[in-house]
Amino acid sequence: MRTAVEIAESRKSSAMYAGRSHVLLERGWLAFRSSTWIPVVTGFLEPVLFLLAFGYGMGTLIGDVTTGTTTMDYTLFIAPGLLANSAMNGAIYDSTWNVFWKLNESKLYKTMLSTPLGPLDIALGEITWALIRGLVYSLGFLTVVTALGLTPSFWAILAIPAASLVAFGFASFGMAITSFFKTYQQMGFINFVLLPMTLFSGSLYPISVYPDWLERIIMALPLWHGIEMVRAFWFGNITSGVLVHIAYFLVMIATGLFVTSRRLRALFLR
Amino acid sequence: MSKPLISVRGLTKKFGDFTAVDGIDFDVAKGESFGLLGPNGAGKSTTMRILAATSTRTSGTVEILDKDPELFGPLVRAHLGVVPQQDNLDNELTVSENLFIYGRYFGLSKKFIKNKIEELLEFAQLEEKRDVKVEALSGGMKRRLTIARGLVSEPDILLLDEPTTGLDPQARHILWDRLFRLKEQGVTLVLTTHFMDEAEQLCDRLVVMDKGAIMAEGSPAGLIKQYSSKEVLEVRFGSDRNKEVAPQLATMCERMETLPDRLLMYTEDGEALLEKITHAGMHATTSLVRRSSLEDVFLRLTGRTLIE
Repeated sequence: MRTAVEIAESRKSSAMYAGRSHVLLERGWLAFRSSTWIPVVTGFLEPVLFLLAFGYGMGTLIGDVTTGTTTMDYTLFIAPGLLANSAMNGAIYDSTWNVFWKLNESKLYKTMLSTPLGPLDIALGEITWALIRGLVYSLGFLTVVTALGLTPSFWAILAIPAASLVAFGFASFGMAITSFFKTYQQMGFINFVLLPMTLFSGSLYPISVYPDWLERIIMALPLWHGIEMVRAFWFGNITSGVLVHIAYFLVMIATGLFVTSRRLRALFLR
Repeated sequence: MSKPLISVRGLTKKFGDFTAVDGIDFDVAKGESFGLLGPNGAGKSTTMRILAATSTRTSGTVEILDKDPELFGPLVRAHLGVVPQQDNLDNELTVSENLFIYGRYFGLSKKFIKNKIEELLEFAQLEEKRDVKVEALSGGMKRRLTIARGLVSEPDILLLDEPTTGLDPQARHILWDRLFRLKEQGVTLVLTTHFMDEAEQLCDRLVVMDKGAIMAEGSPAGLIKQYSSKEVLEVRFGSDRNKEVAPQLATMCERMETLPDRLLMYTEDGEALLEKITHAGMHATTSLVRRSSLEDVFLRLTGRTLIE
């Protein structure tokens, strides 16, 4: 039997990382097993309700949508955008409010950092857990959409890795931002940003309807990149523009991980 | 003497202009039970966090098993069991899950932890609570679970920050009994406390801290012998008369402390002194003869009481 000290010595662990972020997933699973399912279900339902209300409600008034050279049924148009939204919702749920709780109320990260775990283990583990929830949400949404016959081809399955990247990006960035917040009022700021971003980022209509300046602002925001990336894979319409979206999310993930682990160190190891 | 497990020299910690720990030195030997005794704000918890490799220092050196906790944080923490002032248990999990996942944080195998949990539940007297969420536990049970959690990794050193603060007397005694067993098993204990009875019960050796500095060091009995008399006579004459009679009483004993509500007279024979006072025509409203304690040592060293 190897002792805690032998394990720590064999890892040659640095002050930041012990190579054991998977234990955060084990902890997440233990806690999830006995938690209530209501927030999970409502988080998943939100984009489904959007699809029903806008697609089948508003959609009958709107008819077809034209973007660039292609014209399609409105419901078909909004489906991939809502898939990206769904991935974001899942990731944000865990990486903001749940993280806030563990930082400030239950002091879970403080406890973890009194063991040989490092701040990067915690950041990576928690972000991965949030990413998994985002992935599960988008898989659920894909199932609903497929059942409704809105999937253009088998290749739409490629939108799932794209949605995972969206979830990863938002999880990483969401945790980084949350690590700076100390009060519930500050946390309200997150919702204040998320709602308009959700409504205006082009999941419900093409952003070409905007004046030039507004279009540019939206194109700087992460959700637009997420929606465009998922939509590109969804319709198998892959251009070099997709690389920009992918790069956008890779930067977002890296920044989030870096900032989160630094913040955890500043908060609990100073 | 073999090399100490913990060696601290000139340790200083400043928060801006405020000096929380002001150049302290001490060693802790293997198997020893070592205490930091002092009032709130003396710098005990700050010192503990630095020992636990969860806080940096401003200057001085710290070695824990020959390693600097600031440079080898995770490795040093692998040697330690930590019982923080707030339990910080995982409220979303059950009692046994708390122990299990904590062991996983150390990278221990699931099989090892499962066996260890049985032993620890028995130690903490929580066998019947194993599948209960920790929220439902009493304060004393939570504290015992926190200690059990600190032992999952079979640490070389157990750090306890104010282990019985906030517990009722019965829960404290149960906890002391558990800690005493650990001491008998040879676990090295380092604890902070502002309860002198706790320090007397549990510590082989202790330092008395005040305002970030060490005022004295020794065994509880040694400190009492060095800084106080064998017995103390506590007398009350009523709040107004205490001051009146104080000058006369002061001449009758080795040393006297005047507290707001009573006078403490230090002497080798308390009963004899009380008789002498009565003979002199002074009648105390209440009187009590007791053995000197660490409280008296602290009072002598700082002019203040431990709990204010």
